[in-house]
Amino acid sequence: MTRLIHLFLVFALLSVLAVGGGTAVLPEMQHMTVHTFHWLTDAQFRNIYSLGQVAPGPNMLMVLVIGYQLAGWAGMVVVGIGFFLPDCVITLFVNRWWVHLGGWPWRTSIQRGLAPVAIGLMTSGTFAIARLSIVNVPTLAIAIAVFGILLWRHVNPGILVLVGGAVYMLLR
Amino acid sequence: MRQEGWLDDEGFLGAMEISETLPGLNAVNMAIIMGDNLRGLAGAAVSVIGMLLPGGIVVMVLGILYQSNHSNPDVKRFLLGIAAAAVGLLSAVTLQIGRRQFRQLPDIAIIILTFLAVSFVKLPLFVVLLGLGPISVWLYRPKVSKPRAQDEHLPFHRGPRHHLFRH
Repeated sequence: MTRLIHLFLVFALLSVLAVGGGTAVLPEMQHMTVHTFHWLTDAQFRNIYSLGQVAPGPNMLMVLVIGYQLAGWAGMVVVGIGFFLPDCVITLFVNRWWVHLGGWPWRTSIQRGLAPVAIGLMTSGTFAIARLSIVNVPTLAIAIAVFGILLWRHVNPGILVLVGGAVYMLLR
Repeated sequence: MRQEGWLDDEGFLGAMEISETLPGLNAVNMAIIMGDNLRGLAGAAVSVIGMLLPGGIVVMVLGILYQSNHSNPDVKRFLLGIAAAAVGLLSAVTLQIGRRQFRQLPDIAIIILTFLAVSFVKLPLFVVLLGLGPISVWLYRPKVSKPRAQDEHLPFHRGPRHHLFRH
């Protein structure tokens, strides 16, 4: 029970702090689940993150697997509600309120000001996954190849990521 | 969205603005806003469930398969390769979303400070948000424009305060 409460609180906190989306909270999520609560190892965290990359829909659905791994189906439900519900409620309220803020000059300031913070957090999230996964020359090559291909032309990123996994699996 | 006649481009961009500024996954926030604008609370609930349920089922199937195969060396290598590929993907996405910010000096400074604070100083996320967030918003504070002083000399019916009452 204590674990369920902790899981809920951790993921609800991450939800509220997710300015810049899921990638932005990856470092904090890794820190909390691996270092603060010792729920997962770095490798487990990385592997579960990869599962989210394979599934359709938002990658951050992988938090459900974290919940399941730690506390079974109840853990999955608690983490799912904790991670998704607070943001949904916030967005619902702000959406209804937003039009009334049309003439408020700070609205643009908040938008413009939070954007670079969000980008910085996304950079940190990318870096966190890089630290866990770029372990040798082939993994570095895969990352660079995917980056280059995506800048070069429009490819379905899901397929590209699967190919990356397959290449590394077969490369031995 | 456009195909179904649900939303015009302006509505889409407006929804994007809100989604990107608020915490939470962009796609989920977008689903909430569009659902809410079309059908209120029920619409928002249905579109979020539609957004999360299929992927949620697939990721759970994968998660259960992972639990019984996590020591298989091929599975390990496959997942590591995926994480490495994801780094390439995340870099491209970050660059794309931040294309405007990566070109402007104050923004670049905030990006670097945020990155260093989280990845190297390892400050808790709420500290970074509460510290750098307001500083960055302050950098973009509304300009106190000079015409405002002139406005006071305008005839009453054109003054800014009167303007408010017309709405």
